[in-house]
Amino acid sequence: MKEPEVTLELAQEHGLTEEEFNRIINILGRRPNYTELGIFSVMWSEHCSYKNSIALIKTLPRSGGRLLVGAGEENAGLVDIGDGLAVAFKIESHNHPSAVEPYQGAATGVGGILRDIFTMGARPIASLNSLRFGTLDDARTRFLFDGVVKGIGDYGNCFGVPTVAGEVYFDNSYKGNPLVNAMAVGIVRTDRVASATAKGKGNPVMIVGSSTGRDGIHGATFASEEISEKSESKRPSVQAGDPFTEKLLLEATLEIIKEDLIIGIQDMGAAGISCSTSEMSAKGESGMKIDLSKVPLREKGMSAYEIMLSESQERMLVAVKKGNEARVKEIFDKWDLHCETVGEVTEGGMLEIDYEGSRKATVPAFDLVLGGGAPVYNRQTSEPEYLKATRGYDFSATPRPTDIKAVFEKLFGSPNIASKKWVYEQYDSMVRTNTIVGPGCDSAVIFVKDTNKALAAKTDCNGKYVYLNPKEGAKIAVAESARNIVCSGAVPLAITNCLNFGNPYKPEVYWQFKQAIEGMGEACRFFDTPVTGGNVSFYNESPETSVYPTPVIGMIGLVEDLKDITTSYFKAEGDLVYLLGEDFEEMGGSEYMQLIYQKVTGEAPRMDLAVEKKLQDTLLALIRGGFIRSAHDVSDGGILTAVAECCIMDLEKAVGAEINIPVKTREDFSFFSESQSRVIVSVEASRKEEFEKKLSEAGQPFIQLGKTGGKDLRVNGRYEFNLDNLIDLYYNSISKVMNASI
Amino acid sequence: MKPKFGVVVFPGSNCDHDAYYALKKKLGYEVTFLWHKDTDLESCDAIILPGGFSYGDYLRTGAIARFSPIMEKVISFAHNGGIVMGICNGFQILLEAGLLPGVMVKNNSLKFVCKDVYLKVENRETIFTGFQNEKQVLKIPVAHGEGNYFADKETLKELQQNNQVVFRYSSAEGVVSEENNPNGSQMNIAGIINKRGNVLGMMPHPERACDPLLGKTDGTLLFQSVAEHMVNV
Repeated sequence: MKEPEVTLELAQEHGLTEEEFNRIINILGRRPNYTELGIFSVMWSEHCSYKNSIALIKTLPRSGGRLLVGAGEENAGLVDIGDGLAVAFKIESHNHPSAVEPYQGAATGVGGILRDIFTMGARPIASLNSLRFGTLDDARTRFLFDGVVKGIGDYGNCFGVPTVAGEVYFDNSYKGNPLVNAMAVGIVRTDRVASATAKGKGNPVMIVGSSTGRDGIHGATFASEEISEKSESKRPSVQAGDPFTEKLLLEATLEIIKEDLIIGIQDMGAAGISCSTSEMSAKGESGMKIDLSKVPLREKGMSAYEIMLSESQERMLVAVKKGNEARVKEIFDKWDLHCETVGEVTEGGMLEIDYEGSRKATVPAFDLVLGGGAPVYNRQTSEPEYLKATRGYDFSATPRPTDIKAVFEKLFGSPNIASKKWVYEQYDSMVRTNTIVGPGCDSAVIFVKDTNKALAAKTDCNGKYVYLNPKEGAKIAVAESARNIVCSGAVPLAITNCLNFGNPYKPEVYWQFKQAIEGMGEACRFFDTPVTGGNVSFYNESPETSVYPTPVIGMIGLVEDLKDITTSYFKAEGDLVYLLGEDFEEMGGSEYMQLIYQKVTGEAPRMDLAVEKKLQDTLLALIRGGFIRSAHDVSDGGILTAVAECCIMDLEKAVGAEINIPVKTREDFSFFSESQSRVIVSVEASRKEEFEKKLSEAGQPFIQLGKTGGKDLRVNGRYEFNLDNLIDLYYNSISKVMNASI
Repeated sequence: MKPKFGVVVFPGSNCDHDAYYALKKKLGYEVTFLWHKDTDLESCDAIILPGGFSYGDYLRTGAIARFSPIMEKVISFAHNGGIVMGICNGFQILLEAGLLPGVMVKNNSLKFVCKDVYLKVENRETIFTGFQNEKQVLKIPVAHGEGNYFADKETLKELQQNNQVVFRYSSAEGVVSEENNPNGSQMNIAGIINKRGNVLGMMPHPERACDPLLGKTDGTLLFQSVAEHMVNV
């Protein structure tokens, strides 16, 4: 088979610029051949190289706290939780594949992130996801939503990891380009952490797991461009997932790590063999000599180019300590998985790729990788025009609703506020029997067996806030994650992030990105929750829409004593209901303004980090002191939504309440404002004085809203909401839409 | 005598560790894993076929696992009166192996379903339900995509006549109705035994309801019943 001649035009078709093509020629001292061009193009794609983001990402706090492994050093971040254990966790996007092939796109997103976790030697113990779609009145959106949820469920359920938390938002801005971010959390003994490195001349390199096919070729490149009408033709760039093989791969991988048979291991995700060989070599300051003829293939007639670029799933590259090959093979045989020696570690830093008896590529590994020779760009920024209009928006002219009860019921049953039960019941949230608090609460709480500890996990981002003020919005995403973690009785430890933005070559998009990074960094430093790693997803645009900038935060917290675990719902009649924090009637970006008045405008809510920190510290101290029966953060839909959720979140025992929400200028604004740093708590009546004294001593603003009891939620002496009706609105509205039509 | 449980590990089992943990750490029984390629039941007194997705369930659920080397031994063990308990995927494997009658089809929602459900105990005189005086309705979670039990009329009639229907999906109060059926199974069937009464298959996961920390403990009743029976034999 004759390979195409490499020209500038061909390089450009591969997504490389003229500047980048010349840079390759400089590195090699010659024009690359076709296979080499393929390797460079995927390794220097946005997806693998982070070329347009890494300079800014490096400004985030990436070490400190309990971090054992800093951001970007390994496949996932690693945080010490004591007892000789560490948590590995990471979030990653699979937006583009899911836009054209929702089921496989989402499934392989889950598979990829799980491999990132167990390639470090950690057993995955929880899976989370953060999803954004268009609105459910659109048939294609329903198709995407249904397919993505099924894909996530089928993969995680079969693999045997509980899917414990997440978020789903519906907004027209995500219509053509849904966001599918998958997060995984694993536990590893600190003395059994594996590294993604290859060193020691002559150590064998093995490929293990599935065979290699033509699926997913150029997946990384596809992820690095905007979605267009042509995207449908990229469907073959989407990989196909096999969770059963992944489950076997997990067990076999953990066995070879436990027996200390290997130097290093890396999963094959984006850019397949190209990425794993070059990154492991570069990390170990070594090279590799690989014979592709030895790679188990699932199709005949594959070229070196195709094998190097295949993104077939459920594969790993392993650098084995010489002499252990037989034992490694034995373990993979036990699990009925492929395991072939395909080459060896070399000195000198070159990747030398042979196939069918001839040399196909000779490339310095260092020059391919992020942090090595891959290009790094700072893009131009310019403040988007739309902000001039949104910032100054005056809400005072908003008409007052005639029937506020009906407005609230509409809000409470709207897909963004309503329970995502239709989604999470399709996920096995309980396998591994560690799920103490599952989906539907402020954050999931996962037991760490053989300890008295638990992990809290949560993903969060309100894209509308980030759209209206990228810096404040990103701060809020961090703060709200932390607030959710604290509400569950845990102390925030660290974050992973998935930065979903538009085309970085557009100065307005890059301005949003830069501002968001600044806000996120500021908040993370303030809460001492370093960024352990994550993922950048640019080019989230379709011909119809550009997504809201959506920097999703995945946060991990530690429950240091199981007795501190707190849930969000009211526990008993006669408890006192308090609001911690203050309202400032902030309507910008609120669900209320969007749903009732179709307006996403105004200024994002303010985020005063000191106020937020005081709230969280005070709340955690009160939880640990045994004062708090329930704690639920006030977020989308405002205070009335939050209290209503407290009433009905325990489906087996709904508890009513009688509350009085102080009104500033207008009832609707006070009910639905989304001011930050607020939490609804319930407290036993007998502890009233002691509790209030503690709050006053801490200087924490609070107000008693009322008390629990009865079969209704009664508000300000005027409005009565029947709990059964609220339950129906909250739990059934999404399933009614989805079950009616697909 | 200390009863010994064996938990079979098929490729793709993922509730094997949960069953092991519940039996060993929560109930204090002796328990061992049995590898699917092996053919030795290691003198276990009761065999558990755990939940999961054996062989990915890419064919019919349980259709391949049924041919595992260990299953030959499990089948003859059952034929000799040995206690076998199939949970979820384990139930599906028992159906494929012919140790229990009927088949599983996809849930009528066509979707996987994971949630707590209530089970009305219909037969309280089995090896697995020797707790008859304590509870008539159990709270135990389900998690499956194919738990919609189906059998022909003759079989259903026979199951009823022989009191082989052990658990049916119900409300918390024990009312058996379509509303409380998570998967569309005939007669709300959640678990059945063979005629002899030594083989139980059930879709719900009792091993997930054995730890007070997770808010439910009714699953312990089943394992305790089996253990007590083994001790008394």
